[in-house]
Amino acid sequence: MHHLVIDRWSRGSSSLHQRDPRAKLAALLVFLIVLSTTRPAAQWAFAAYAIMLIIAVHSARLPILGLAGRAALVLPFSATFALLTWWSGDTLRALALAEKSFLSGMAALLLVATTPLTGWTAALESWRAPRMLILVIQFVYRYLFVIAEQAQRMRWAAVCRGSHKTGGFRLATGLVGVLFARSWQRADGIYHAMLARGFRGRFVPAAPAPFRAADALFFSACLAGCLAVRILL
Amino acid sequence: MHIPDGFLSTPVWATLDVVSAPAVAWVARRAQRDTQDHRIPLLGVMGAFVFAAQMVNFPVGPGTSGHLVGGALLTVVLGPAAASLVLTAILVLQALIFQDGGVLALGANVFNMALAGVAAAYLSYRLWGQASRSGAIFAAGALSVMTSACLALGQLLISGVPMTGGVFWASLGLFVVSALMEGAITVGAVRAIERLNPAWVAGPQPASSRTVAGVALAALLLVVLGTLIASVAPDGIQRLTGQGVDSTSWPQRTMGGLAGIAMIFALCYLGGKLKSRRRSA
Amino acid sequence: MSKAIQIRGLRYRYPDGTQALNGIDFHLDAGESVALFGANGSGKTTFVMHLNGLLRGEGSIEVCSMPLSDETLEQIRSKVGVVFQDSDEQLFMPTVLEDVAFGPLNLGLSPDDALTRARTVLKRVGMAHALERAPYHLSAGEKKRVAIAGVLAMDPEILVLDEPTTFLDPPTRRDLLTLLRSLPQAKVVVTHDANLARALTTRAVFFDQGRIAGEGDVIELIQRFHWEYS
Repeated sequence: MHHLVIDRWSRGSSSLHQRDPRAKLAALLVFLIVLSTTRPAAQWAFAAYAIMLIIAVHSARLPILGLAGRAALVLPFSATFALLTWWSGDTLRALALAEKSFLSGMAALLLVATTPLTGWTAALESWRAPRMLILVIQFVYRYLFVIAEQAQRMRWAAVCRGSHKTGGFRLATGLVGVLFARSWQRADGIYHAMLARGFRGRFVPAAPAPFRAADALFFSACLAGCLAVRILL
Repeated sequence: MHIPDGFLSTPVWATLDVVSAPAVAWVARRAQRDTQDHRIPLLGVMGAFVFAAQMVNFPVGPGTSGHLVGGALLTVVLGPAAASLVLTAILVLQALIFQDGGVLALGANVFNMALAGVAAAYLSYRLWGQASRSGAIFAAGALSVMTSACLALGQLLISGVPMTGGVFWASLGLFVVSALMEGAITVGAVRAIERLNPAWVAGPQPASSRTVAGVALAALLLVVLGTLIASVAPDGIQRLTGQGVDSTSWPQRTMGGLAGIAMIFALCYLGGKLKSRRRSA
Repeated sequence: MSKAIQIRGLRYRYPDGTQALNGIDFHLDAGESVALFGANGSGKTTFVMHLNGLLRGEGSIEVCSMPLSDETLEQIRSKVGVVFQDSDEQLFMPTVLEDVAFGPLNLGLSPDDALTRARTVLKRVGMAHALERAPYHLSAGEKKRVAIAGVLAMDPEILVLDEPTTFLDPPTRRDLLTLLRSLPQAKVVVTHDANLARALTTRAVFFDQGRIAGEGDVIELIQRFHWEYS
């Protein structure tokens, strides 16, 4: 499954994996902002951004095609609008639309493929994202696949008993209801397990890793590279 | 509809990021205030539940099926602040891990779905909950989807994504159909949940502030309508953003973009200052 | 011999009116291992939820000579380590290491000490290779080991294991049994598995409709209640 691959990727040991999540998140934002403000006519700039991404993916020792395939998930949406734009006679703009959304997706993917969830959530938190939001993100991610698998099994069970013939709206609402009930009970179970291990209403955060000179260097290089492409091409 | 990066013009995404960030911080504080600590895992698991429930197909007519979006369901079950927070968490995960929605466009998507969508659901439920519960839940589902989708469409248009009249009206028609589906699915799902345990769904609050809810809902819907009207009237956009679709040259647009970025930094800086001052005070 | 747990006249009624426990007397000696048998719904799980105060019924509960009350609740929760049946409910932190450090951090250890302790117990249960893994990706046997590590990190005197071997294949069960037998803590094992009970415990208690229907030597009790399916 999609997420399993990303989790495996994110546990790599390349120098890009080792950079501080804050440096990588900041670099991602710089890249995205520069990309977003590049005018459609500057097609060479898009090529340069793509090369920058390819170099980064290569240095992270990740499969470029695997990443590109996943980033291509945005393309149906982009392609629709790109076609509309193309029909209205603005070929460059249509091209830029598809390029921007694809490269943005690729860049975001590169962050999560080189940074485990705990890394980038810690970075968000150090930038004062609300702790409550961070905890909810972590819990959603933790139980996403557990509950999705439950839903999948329930659907199979329904299909095994011929739901494709008789199943209708009521069957689907029943499924959602039971899924909800089991999720609710699971949440109770989790809370009990937390209390059993001394939870007192507050998650105690672990200490963040120090921001190194290499991290600063990495961010500066990204910033310089992006700005150079943006201004020169 | 999750907007990917590359679609919104810089002033649009920058403005919505600036608006959504403090709004989410406020929502998180509220959710934390009215939440007992057992609700922290509950909120996370409910987010995962919505992800999973979106996989369940609802047949809604011959050959067509829809799925739950879930904003209104979360609002009815968890209350508005918690629902906003859970939806924001889902949007962050979708943007980063599932390539569904952009990172710079996160502010826009959060605004459309987690803030405006939840507000529409909450206000509908509050306004009509006493009169007819099922009707109120239906309206909550339908209006939350309609609000989110129309705002997204308006933002795309304001950003200069070209669209012919036919496509525009077809999109609106599609939104109406999905909104009605979400209403029906939400009612069905809430009923199924209540059959299992009525305590899981909070009843609508007393009608003491119905007028306020009514005015707020009307205001919200007017904003949505206004966004749409502004977006299809090109003169209006030019006046609003100083940025015509064809007439401006790239230096002007870049300046607009840079001004947008400067604005974000300035506001973030100010926000940080204010926060640290309040903390030290 | 000193008593690890002493319970007298425990009653509990669920909010919906079900009388789940109806006068339970129970004791556990230090270092002793006891199996809890009984049909589904006979009150075993409700009972173990009382051992660390997750549920609060009527009657007296003493753990390590401390009466259970609001004041002693935190201390008792660190003395009684509960390993839940569903490991997915117990492992809620994003990584294995963080999950095991969750308890020690709540006990007030510094982050460094908590992580050190987490590493030590993970080594003890044979999971030192998976520190940075996400719990979701572990096998059922690995999840159970991490769940046990999370509880051991609290340095408990009593382990409560709720169906520790469900969902595990025979070789994994065997390895888990070896691990559990090597742990010195007193154990309360809720199980339907007569083999596990024989291998791990000496005494057994049989629950029936919220009461204790019998107790004694584990082998004798299995025979008396026909608690095997073959």
